[in-house]
Formats: sequence, C-alpha cells, structure tokens
Amino acid sequence: MASYFDPKDLKKFGNITEYQEDMGKKFFEWYGTVFNGDTALTEREKSLIALAVSHAVQCPYCIDAYSSACLEKGADEEQMMEAVHVAAAIKSGSTLVYGVQMMNKVEKLTM
Amino acid sequence: MAIKQKTKSLKATQNNLADTFMQLKVLNGAEISGDKITPFKTEIAKHDYTGIQTVDTTIFQINIGKLCNQTCAHCHVDAGPDRKEENMSKTTLARCLEIIKTIPSIQFVDITGGAPEMNAHFRWFVEEVSKGGITVINRCNLTILRANPKYYDLPEFFKNHKVHIVSSLPYFTKKRTDNQRGDGVFEDSIKALQMLNEVGYGKEGSGLILDLVYNPTGAFLPGSQETLQAEFKRQLKRKFDIEFNTLLAITNLPISRFLDYLLESGNYEEYMEKLHAAFNPATLDGLMCRNTLSVSWDGFIYDCDFNQMLDLKVNVASQHIDNFDLAALQNREVILNQHCYGCTAGAGSSCGGEIAGV
Repeated sequence: MASYFDPKDLKKFGNITEYQEDMGKKFFEWYGTVFNGDTALTEREKSLIALAVSHAVQCPYCIDAYSSACLEKGADEEQMMEAVHVAAAIKSGSTLVYGVQMMNKVEKLTM
Repeated sequence: MAIKQKTKSLKATQNNLADTFMQLKVLNGAEISGDKITPFKTEIAKHDYTGIQTVDTTIFQINIGKLCNQTCAHCHVDAGPDRKEENMSKTTLARCLEIIKTIPSIQFVDITGGAPEMNAHFRWFVEEVSKGGITVINRCNLTILRANPKYYDLPEFFKNHKVHIVSSLPYFTKKRTDNQRGDGVFEDSIKALQMLNEVGYGKEGSGLILDLVYNPTGAFLPGSQETLQAEFKRQLKRKFDIEFNTLLAITNLPISRFLDYLLESGNYEEYMEKLHAAFNPATLDGLMCRNTLSVSWDGFIYDCDFNQMLDLKVNVASQHIDNFDLAALQNREVILNQHCYGCTAGAGSSCGGEIAGV
C-alpha cells in the first residue's frame, strides 16, 4: 500500500456493505436522509456543518467530499473558511476549558 | 471600467484544442489514465434509449457570432474580442427569418454569441422577429451594456421589443465572477443589472423577463437550482437592490475553453467521472436538443450550441439553411458524444437551466 489515504478510495466508500450488508445499507440510508434536501436546515447549511466537522475529525476523505459539496450548494470561500474557524474555535476552546480543571487542582494542592 | 481579460481565445493562441478533432479525441478517452468513461450511447442504452429522438422544434437558436467583449475562462464558444471574422451576415439572418416563419411550432428565437449585440444587424433582426409575434431570447453578457455609449440604450430597445433577457452571473461576489469572466466584469454586470431593473426588467408585473445563468466557477457541478436561486435573490437584493426572475443553473460542458481549463488544472478525469457518476436518466426526455435547432454564424445546422462548437452537424442531409428541410430535421436522431454527460448530470442542464428535480 503506497499510502494510507488514496483519494480514489472515496469512490469505494459504498463497498463497505460487502463485509456487512445490513448495517452498511442502514448507514447509507440514514446518511442520505440526513443530507438530502432542504429540511429544517438547508443542504448548504448541512454541507457547511459537515465541512467543519470534517476538519475537527481530520478526515481527508470528508474534507475532499464536503469542499466540493459546499461549492455545489453555493457556499463561498469566506463561508467555508468561517466554518473551519468554528471547528477550530471549538477544538481550541475544548482544550482550554480543561484549564479550569487544572486550575482547580492547582488551587487544591497549593497554599 | 475596462475589463481586463484573463485569457485569450484558443484560436488566437493556436492552442491544439481550437481544433474540434482534438477536443473529440480528448473526450473519447485520450487523457484518461484509469477506466474509460462508458460511451454515452451505451449508458443510455442501459435505460432502454437507443438514441435521442427529436420532437417538434420550439426553439430556433442562432449563434450570431463569436465576437465578444469578454474572454471568459469557461466559454464553450471560444469567443472573444479577437473573433472578428465569425459574424452572421444580414443575408444569412434574413434567410433564418424566412425559415422561422415556416415553422409553426416555433415559440422562441434564442440569440446567442459571443456578445450578440456586437453583430451590426442584431437590432434589425430582433425587430423583424418581434414583428412576427415570436419571443426573442437574448443571451446578454451584461457588460456589453456598459462597454460603449452606443450600447447604453439597449435596455430601452429590449423593453420596446419585450426581449426575454438571459444573462450570465456566475456568482454574487466579485472574486468568483471576475475569476471566471475577467477583472471588472462583476462591477459592470451589477451596474448593467441595475440599468435593466430601472426600465422594469425583473420587476414583478412588468412582463419583462430577466433570468440569470449560474455556471459553477470551477470543476464542480451546480447544486439545486431552487436553493441557489433563493440565495442569489437574497444576496443581490440585500447588497445591490437587484431583482430578477429565475436563476438557471447550467453545468459547464467539457468542451473548448472549459476543457482546456480542466486539462490545465488537472481536473479533467475527475470531472468526467463526476459527470458520469451523476448521470440521471430522468433528464433524457427533457434534453434541449430534442426541440431545438441550432444555427451557426455561417448557416450550418446543429442539434445544440455544444454540438455546434464541436462541429457535429445534424445527421440528416439538410445541414445548412440553404438546404432547409423541416420534415427531415424534426424527425432526426441527435448526434451524441461524451460531452452529453454534461446535460444529463444530476438535475440535468439545458439553456433553460435544470431539466429534472432530483
């Protein structure tokens, strides 16, 4: 295997049903329900959320897919980068908020 | 402001792709390293279509010339300021006029280019078609309305002849628009849209139709026309107080300058795979080639403007307006090739936008 991540593998995602058909089919059906059509959220909003989450979970396949999806749904570059900033802000914040736990411990241990 | 062109025509730069033979060679697999894309005819056969059969002609589309004040990066016509030779003569336009009068099913005369308004006989032709009570569609690039004082009165001229205006605006921001169409295009397009709104175009109840065309500004497909339209309406109203009727989402077909862009940017193979993967048989009955006749500046007849640019003439003996045979033309099979995947991807694509909801 030349690389763990091959862009061509994205097209093979559907093949996961070959090893576990029932669960795989249920996943893709549910996945389609989540993303297809304007529901309470528009397709564009859902794609922007997906793009942000893709960065948070650092999934190169997802970033590939949802960069295209965001463009197709009419999002602009500024909106897409803002979505990435939202993901980054939450990731940073979730690290920093542990600082309170550290402070609690330090305050307990020190005079 | 003067438009700073991003590029030159393929013809002017003596690019290999200026030769339609080379384009067809690429489309038929010359640049694909992996599995070849299924031939379009084979793909539709899987859905019980032996071919695409035409119906009565309702749209007579005329490509009046390749001269244009813009050189857009995605142009399938390879139009531009340097294409001065290919312009329809008054004699050819007059012959088209005679033919139009003999086709009872015609509803629209769809004038495209280049910038159609740059043809010296444009106004005469619009006046003559209008006299016959047929709606003229003019594919206006918008910036032509600002290009020279001699064009400043065009909105009034359009209004007087109730011309249906279809204009390209790939996005509601400067960066994306100028990247595709040239520096300064966005600003001039916005001013031109405001000029059209001022005379009533796009305004509810005016009867003056102003539609916008959305082309993706890169190697991706258009999303839902309805969703994009809602976003365009909201943004253009909010930012520039502009109104329009309908947004037509049109897929970029992999021919001419867009093909050159795909190859240069390393996106060709993936784009063709994307078009193929998005093939939607529900679009086949609504394809524009079924009810359209497309005439080139020199009078040849094609199934659509894309076949025209690939020089794929209709497959009947009547291939020129001097030898026009309506019965044969209305009962022909459309010439298909790999670029046809562009019109059948997702919700489909035609000069009237989406074909089928998905």
